[in-house]
Amino acid sequence: MSEYAIEAQQLSRRFGKFTAVDAISFQVRPGEVFGFLGANGAGKTTAIRMLIGLLAPTSGSARVAGYDILTQAEQVRRRIGYMSQRFSLYEDLTVRENITLYGGIYGVSDQDIVRRTEEILGRIGLSEPASRELVRDIPLGWKQQLAFCVALLHRPGVVFLDEPTGGVDPITRRRFWELIYETAAAGTSVLVTTHYLDEAEYCNRISIMVNGAIAAMGAPAEVRTRFGAETLDQVFLRLTRPGTAA
Amino acid sequence: MSQHPAIEVSGLVRQFGDDAALNDVSFQVEAGELYGIIGPDGSGKTTLFRILVTLLLPDAGTARVLNRDVVRDLWDLRRRVGYMPGRFSLYPDLSVAENLGFFASLFGTTVEAARETIAPIWVQLEAFAGRRAGALSGGMKQKLALCCALVHRPEILFLDEPTTGVDAVSRREFWELLARLRGEGLPILVSTPYMDEASQCDRVSLIQNGKLLVTDRPEEIGRRYPRALLAISGGNILGLLGALRRFPHVAAVWPFGEALHYTDGREAVPVATIEAELRAYVEQVGLSGVTIRPIPATIEDAFMWYMAEKAA
Repeated sequence: MSEYAIEAQQLSRRFGKFTAVDAISFQVRPGEVFGFLGANGAGKTTAIRMLIGLLAPTSGSARVAGYDILTQAEQVRRRIGYMSQRFSLYEDLTVRENITLYGGIYGVSDQDIVRRTEEILGRIGLSEPASRELVRDIPLGWKQQLAFCVALLHRPGVVFLDEPTGGVDPITRRRFWELIYETAAAGTSVLVTTHYLDEAEYCNRISIMVNGAIAAMGAPAEVRTRFGAETLDQVFLRLTRPGTAA
Repeated sequence: MSQHPAIEVSGLVRQFGDDAALNDVSFQVEAGELYGIIGPDGSGKTTLFRILVTLLLPDAGTARVLNRDVVRDLWDLRRRVGYMPGRFSLYPDLSVAENLGFFASLFGTTVEAARETIAPIWVQLEAFAGRRAGALSGGMKQKLALCCALVHRPEILFLDEPTTGVDAVSRREFWELLARLRGEGLPILVSTPYMDEASQCDRVSLIQNGKLLVTDRPEEIGRRYPRALLAISGGNILGLLGALRRFPHVAAVWPFGEALHYTDGREAVPVATIEAELRAYVEQVGLSGVTIRPIPATIEDAFMWYMAEKAA
């Protein structure tokens, strides 16, 4: 068994002649918050799709939550949570209906669904009347926090968050990060992508992808020191400015 | 340049059902200004833009653009404004050049006639002229959309969240383009959810829940922050956060990248006194290696302060 929640080795994916992900290797420890950074088109989404068992690698391998993504994709999918920036919840179902639906899909028992529904509502501070509203009628900040809790409904060992805070107001953005910290403290590993470089500072470790490869990795302070930069913004700019034409 | 303001908005209200998307919004954009509307998703930015470009009627209040009423003079206005909506709305299966040509023809003009106007953007797009718009990267799509919004040589530009979902490097390049256009005297109203982009504007309004929280030059908004603000970092940041939230005089404390930003609740207490008290406090609760220093407020600090104040 792997001691890591995520362990990628030389993971690669080509589309025709184009190498979207180029032999990336990294590990994420249990309970770690790992920031997965990179410019648009750097290969983050392709890498995540491989790690969650939706896309087969061209070469290389990875183990996620203790299972091989190539030979045990189904076990991987059962043990991970995934939240994308959009389309995570059904807008025309109520808050409660969404929780029940996802609980059912993840195979959570009816008893546990009832218990966890109340837990979730309490955790994000959603009132009883609000919980019976359609998801499209609740504010974006709540939607994102709810989507995160729903991704954790089946108590996965690893959760993947793809730009969870895009467009969210600054206070909710920080509340969201407190949810991330709580989750990590309870032992779940978190892999998160973001365009807000201040949020990268909240991660235990980060990686920065450039043209499909990992160009820098380490604790945020380490990365800054290594590049002699004051902020991650400067590191990011230095790594990605050349060759960002299209 | 004409003497009248580029945009005059007064008491603008727009309801959707029971929800006020805009609630008594007033501001003025001067000729040649690069003006930012800064706020999160759902704060009313797009509703405001749609009213100003004559695509939506207000329920109350008035808005004038280029000294023309957005309701009465809509046909006249539509030829004069350039509008880049928040959602990418070019034709993905037309090439870059075809999209540009199409939008020029809609306005009864040609790409040639607009060469000079679009030149700074076109140099970055030219290499992809034959590529389908749908196959461009996020940053390049936004540059093409900007080009298309400029191709009829408008007298004012409305850009609704042009940098949303675009990476940090492309965002920076986009703002460099806007600075060039502004340099040529074109008034620009631009919205963004990224607080750090406010500093690129001449003036900004912060918007939340359909209301303007504050309007000023970006550096003034920081300066007007009503309390002492200190950056506190070092050691166990979560432990530090918890301890500071229990400090008797705390108004707010939030993570800001590698540091916490602490706002004191008291008025008129010298910041040096607050700094000394905090130093004594963190020592007393057993936290070591902590750095404390007074800092100027950023736009995001200000946004959070006014947002909490409005909610209270």
